Amino acid sequence: MADSKTETKTLGESLRQQGVSRRGFLKFCTTTASMMALPPAMVPAIAEALEKARRPSVIWLSFQECTGCTESLTRAHAPTIENLIFDHISLDYHHTLQAAAGEGAEAAREAAMHENFGKYIVVVDGSIPLKDPGFSTIAGISNLDMLKETVAGAAAVIAVGSCAAFGGLPHASPNPTGAVSVSEIIKDKPVVNVSGCPPIPTVISGVLAHFLTFGGLPELDDLGRPKVFYGQSIHDRCYRRPFYDKGLFAETFDDEGARKGWCLYRMGCKGPMTYNACATTKWNQGTSWPVESGHGCLGCSEPDFWDGGGFYNAISIPDGDIARNIGLGAVAGVAVGAAAGMLNRNAKADAVAKHEAVTVDDLEKTS
Amino acid sequence: MQKLQDIDIRVEAPVDQLAQHGNAVPVLHEILHALRRLGETEESTTIDLRSIPFGPGDEELLLDVLGHGEVAVKLEALGVSEIYETAFAGVWVVDHRNTEGERIALQIEIARVPEILFTQVTDLIDSISRLENRLRTPDGVASLSNPMNGRRRDG
Repeated sequence: MADSKTETKTLGESLRQQGVSRRGFLKFCTTTASMMALPPAMVPAIAEALEKARRPSVIWLSFQECTGCTESLTRAHAPTIENLIFDHISLDYHHTLQAAAGEGAEAAREAAMHENFGKYIVVVDGSIPLKDPGFSTIAGISNLDMLKETVAGAAAVIAVGSCAAFGGLPHASPNPTGAVSVSEIIKDKPVVNVSGCPPIPTVISGVLAHFLTFGGLPELDDLGRPKVFYGQSIHDRCYRRPFYDKGLFAETFDDEGARKGWCLYRMGCKGPMTYNACATTKWNQGTSWPVESGHGCLGCSEPDFWDGGGFYNAISIPDGDIARNIGLGAVAGVAVGAAAGMLNRNAKADAVAKHEAVTVDDLEKTS
Repeated sequence: MQKLQDIDIRVEAPVDQLAQHGNAVPVLHEILHALRRLGETEESTTIDLRSIPFGPGDEELLLDVLGHGEVAVKLEALGVSEIYETAFAGVWVVDHRNTEGERIALQIEIARVPEILFTQVTDLIDSISRLENRLRTPDGVASLSNPMNGRRRDG
């Protein structure tokens, strides 16, 4: 944990002091652009912005969560991430990672809030229980009180993981703790939802890098998620999509279709209604991702994915001319991706209510 | 009960049989268009392979088709990067690794020389300053006999 008061150097100055050449800095910018899903042509602009960037203070709050999001982030493979977290942002409070505990830790949080009032970033993982504050407390402070108190002086809030973004697993029916998302409580500050269970580490760090680089937050979709990472469905970016288009599907985990890598739609893949960057960013140093490993997408970056009616059931979509509705939305000036996402989610909600199973032909109408 | 060694091990299909997804071919077409642009207008292009939805075998097929050309460069800055010209002049593979050898970016750059290989202005200014300082003192001149003495701490 760095002393934020003494950190007045820009990122460029800091790197040069560490003996990093301009080439090294350009490599840093190249990987940062890739991490932020920005085109390589943006590298000069990123270099110029990062050269002048100053370390933002970050306060990380963990509420009703499993620490999977922190695990995801701390295992990020980009060299930029260790630098980003430990050198180029000032991580002033994270009770899982910091050595201090109890009053000492809370003093660090309060000091960071006081010294950086109006400028610091609050990262939240985990949902907030409203039924009884005693369900989750830190140093005797309820999650709700700590969130409100900490966010009061923040520049922005990043809700990391599906629990913080949408309530997640604690919010699953019957939601015994009365769990809610950050955005259901915080209405007066910008909230970015970085959903996923867990989110892809480079997506978490990409959002932080965006703030570090441009001093603001990226463009968001209708669910408050950065469009650069959540703008396209898993289905549309899936390398197995050509098999879907040809009508070639795996029916079980060990049939000919599974061995040949055909589409997993009939095995319950939620790719058509899920918006995330797994298909291109992948996991474990870009090694693979669930569909490449032979398992359908669970839809973990979408609201209420735990209550979606079974991971291995083919998605259910009720009848209706969804393609036509999307077209009308686009004519009306609504972004097609956002419109399709909303319709898909509405369709899913209706289908879950009606318990309808449908065919591939029905799905075709939505893609 | 079946023992572990009794379970047949099936060897997965070789790379040329795995690459049935067809995602490498569009990238090769994009490279061809970029090469034409480079030839006609000197405009260079960078393709970030991380943004391409490759399946198993696609990347291997792409790099296999591109092959290796006459130039290979090792860049040591925040980890080792391998940069080489492919068998198609003007098409470069830029493979950035971090200090632990993990890949952090893989790009195809269509250019006369990849941008990162050019000496940067700030490094040039720094070089002039450091060499001037060396030449000012007898010790600095003596130590110039060891070429490693002037090396930066970038690794």
